Amino acid sequence: MLASILASGLAAGAIYALVGVTYNTMFSTSRVMSFTAGQLAMLGGVFGSMFTLKLGLPIIVGFVLTLVCCAIIGIITEFVAVRPVLKSLDQHLYVLSTLAVALMIQQVAAIKWGTEPQPFPRLVGFGEAILDEKFWLPVAACAVTILCLEYLYRRTLVGRAFLAIAEDNFAARALGLPERNLRVASYALAGVIGGVAGYSGGQLLLAFFANGGLLNFYGFVPVALGGLGNNRGAIVGGLALGLFQQAANFLVGGIFSSVAVFTLFIVVLLAAPQGLFGAATARRV
Amino acid sequence: MTALTTTPAQDETSGWRTALPHVVPFLGILVLALLLPFVSNDYWVLIGTRAAIYWVLISGLNLVVGFAGHLAIGYVALLTLGAYTTSVLVAGNVIPAVPVFAALPIAGLVGAVFGVIVGLPALRLRTFYFAMSTLGFATIVTQIALAWQSVTGGGIGITGPEFPAPFNTAWGFYGLCIAFAAVTTWMSANVARSRFGRALIAVRDAEVAAEATGISKPKMLIAIFLFAGALAAIAGGLFATLQTYITPDAFTFDLSVLFFIAILIGGRGSILGPLLGTIILTILPEIAAPLAAWSTFLYAVLLLVIVLVMPGGIAALLDFRNRRPLASNRSIVPRPAALAEIVRQRKGGKLLKLRGIELAFGNVKAIDGLDLDVTPAQIHGLIGPNGSGKTTTLNVISGYYAAKAGNMTLGDEALPPGQPTLRAPCGIARTFQTPRVIGEASVLQNVMIGGSIEGRATFVEAMLALPRNGEDERKLAAKARALLGVVGLETLADVRADRLQHSELRFIEIARALMLDPDFLLLDEPAAGLSNDEIERLAALIKAICARGTGVLLVEHHADLIFDICHQVTVLNLGRTLAAGTPAEIRVHKEVVSAYLGG
Repeated sequence: MLASILASGLAAGAIYALVGVTYNTMFSTSRVMSFTAGQLAMLGGVFGSMFTLKLGLPIIVGFVLTLVCCAIIGIITEFVAVRPVLKSLDQHLYVLSTLAVALMIQQVAAIKWGTEPQPFPRLVGFGEAILDEKFWLPVAACAVTILCLEYLYRRTLVGRAFLAIAEDNFAARALGLPERNLRVASYALAGVIGGVAGYSGGQLLLAFFANGGLLNFYGFVPVALGGLGNNRGAIVGGLALGLFQQAANFLVGGIFSSVAVFTLFIVVLLAAPQGLFGAATARRV
Repeated sequence: MTALTTTPAQDETSGWRTALPHVVPFLGILVLALLLPFVSNDYWVLIGTRAAIYWVLISGLNLVVGFAGHLAIGYVALLTLGAYTTSVLVAGNVIPAVPVFAALPIAGLVGAVFGVIVGLPALRLRTFYFAMSTLGFATIVTQIALAWQSVTGGGIGITGPEFPAPFNTAWGFYGLCIAFAAVTTWMSANVARSRFGRALIAVRDAEVAAEATGISKPKMLIAIFLFAGALAAIAGGLFATLQTYITPDAFTFDLSVLFFIAILIGGRGSILGPLLGTIILTILPEIAAPLAAWSTFLYAVLLLVIVLVMPGGIAALLDFRNRRPLASNRSIVPRPAALAEIVRQRKGGKLLKLRGIELAFGNVKAIDGLDLDVTPAQIHGLIGPNGSGKTTTLNVISGYYAAKAGNMTLGDEALPPGQPTLRAPCGIARTFQTPRVIGEASVLQNVMIGGSIEGRATFVEAMLALPRNGEDERKLAAKARALLGVVGLETLADVRADRLQHSELRFIEIARALMLDPDFLLLDEPAAGLSNDEIERLAALIKAICARGTGVLLVEHHADLIFDICHQVTVLNLGRTLAAGTPAEIRVHKEVVSAYLGG
C-alpha cells in the first residue's frame, strides 16, 4: 500500500506542482493570480486526447499542437482579462476578469468536448502496476519542466528579464525592458507549463472538462503553502499535497481526503498567511 | 449635544421623505411579484419561485460580496448544505423526522456555522485566497454529498421536504418564497443602512482608517458570515422543496456563478441592483431558450463586460443624484465656533507619554530612542526632514507598528502596542498623510464612520431595525452633519466622496476624527496640498479644537503653520530628537536651522 500511496501521491502531486508553477509564472510578471491556471491544465488533457485519439495525429505532433494551443489561450488571457485591469491592480478586478475567462473556457470545453470524461492515449507504453506510465510521466514532466525553467531563469537573457520584472516592475521598465512583451511571453510560457501538466497527467485524470475547477483549487493549495511567486515552494508544496491527499485517500477513504486537504488549506492560511516559504507582507500604512 | 436633539419631529418627516425614493422600487417589485400568479401560468410561477429562492441566498451573500468586498464564488456549497440538511431532517433517515418548519431554522444554524468556517481565511487574507477557499469548499461538499450514501442517498438522491397546506401548491409555495424574500430584503437593507453596513464598506475600501476608528474587522465579518450562511442554507431548504427530489447534480457550480454575478451586475454596495440582477439572470435563459445550454457562458461574458466596461453595475446606472455637476468654485469655510456645541470642554486630562521608543525596518532604524509628551489642550508640532520618523511615530502611537523597545502611556495606563483598533476607545483619533476615505460612500457616511464605536445597538438589533438602532443612527447623523458644518463641508454631505477635491478630503478626515470627540488628535500633514487661504482656515480650526481641551500632535512640513500655532515643537532627525522646545527656541536652534529649516 505504501508503494501505491507513493506512486499515485507523487503523480498527483507533480500535476498540482506544475499547476502551481503555472500560477506563479503568470503572477511573477503581472502580480495577477489567474483562475485560468487550472483550465490550462484541463485543456492540456482535452487537446491531447483530441489531437491524438480523435484526429489521429502522431503523438509528437499532437503534443506540440497541444502546447501551442495552450500558449495561445494563455496569450488571449493576458489580452482579454489581465491587461485591461492592470491599471487598478489594488481593486483586484483581475479575480473577476480571469474568473470570467476561466468560466468561458470551461463552458466551451463542456459543450464542444462533452461532459463525460474521455480516455487519453498511452504515450510511451513503458512500465506497469505502480511503475505505470500514468504515474511516472507527470513526475518526469515536472522534473524536466523544473530543469528547463532553471535554465531559462539562470542562463538566458529572457529569463533574467523575467526575474527583473518580477523583482521590481518599475525599475525594470526604467532600464528599458519591454515589460509588455515579456508579460505576454510569460503568459504563453504559463500556457505551455499548464499544457504540460494536463498532457502528462492525461492518463491519470482523463480528458474531462470539470478537471479545470478541481485543478484550480488543488493547484492553488501548493502556491498558498509555498508562498506566492515561489516556484520551489510550489513544487515542494505540490508533492507534499499529493502524498498527503493520497495517504488520506488510502487510509481513511475518498471523502475524507478532500476534507483533509481543505482543512489543511484553511489551517495553513490562518497560521501562515504568507505561506510556509513566503516573505512577510509589505507595509500597509 | 442639546442643540442637536431639539428637532426630532422635523428629522422624522424629512427622514421619511428621503427614504421614500429608496423604498418605492422595492415595493414596486413586490407588487409585481404578487400580481404574477394572476397574469401568468404555472411555468412562470415556477420561474418566479426560483428567483425568490435565489434572492433569499443572494440578499445575504450581497453583504459579503457587495458590501464587505470578499469574493465568495462558491456559495452553492451552502445552498447544498441547507438543501441536504432540511431534506435529511424531514425524511428522518438519520434521526426521527422533524417538521419542515423546524428543519429550516436548524438548517439555517448549520449554514451559519459553515458560513463562518468557510469565511475564516477572509479574516486574514482577501480576494483570491478567499475566492479559492469558497471554491474548494464547493468542490468538497459535492464530493461528500456523492460519497456519504447512508445519509444523502449518494448519486440516487433524496426526496426534498414537503410543506404543509397551504404551501404545498405551486402558488402557495410561491407566496411563501416571496414572503421569505421580502423579509430577507428588509433585514439585509437594515444591516446595510446601519453602522454595520457602513463599517463593512469602510473595511473594504479604507481598512487602515477603519481600524483607527475602532472598527473590528473580525467581529464585523463573522457577523455577516453567520447571516449569509444562514440565509443560504434556508434558501437551500426551499430549493430542495422546489426540486422535490435532490441529487448532487442539481447543485452545479453554474448556480454559484449565477449568485455571484447577479451581485456584480447589480453593483457593489447596493441592494436594489443585485435584486434586479437576480431577476434578470433567472429570466434570461428562459426567454432565450436556445441559449439555455450556454447560460454560464453568457453569465461569464456579462461578468467580463461588467468588469471592463462598467464596474459600477446597475446601481451606478440608477445613481442619478451623483451625476449632477458640483459647483466648481466652491471653497471650504470652516466655522470653528460651532465646535462648542458638539465637542465637550475638557479640563486637565491625561498626558500621552512616549519613552525610549525604538523601531527598525530591517537594518534601518526608523525611530531610535524617542521621548515625546503630548499635553492636553496643547498643540505639539513634530517636524523634521523626510525619513526622520515623523509618520512612523504617529503609526506607533496609533498602533499600526509595535515598537521594539520603550513604552507608551496614557495617563497612568500603558497603551497596548500594535493594536490599532484599541486606540479609538482610548480617545485617540487621527488623520492620514494620504486621505483614506471611502470613495463610494457619501461624505456624510464617511464622517459617520468616525463614530462607529459610539453606537450601542447590536448587529441583531440593527438587522431587525429595533428602536435602539434608530436612535444610534439619528445621533450619529446629527453629529456628523454638525461636524461637517464645523469643517465647512455641509453642502456636500450627500455627495459621493470620490467626486471631491483633495483639500476637501483632508477636512472630511478631520471631521471623521472629531466624531470620536477625541482626547488626542494626531494630524499627519493636514496642510499638504492646501492653498494658503485654506491653511489659514485649517490653523484656526486646529486652534479651536485645541481650545476644547484636546491635545493635538501635528506632523507638518509647512514651517509657518507649525511656528504659528504650536505650543511645543519637537524636531526629529534620523529617528532621534534633534531639538525640542517652544517655537521661538526652535526657530533659532542652530542645528535645526542647518539640518532642516535652512538659513
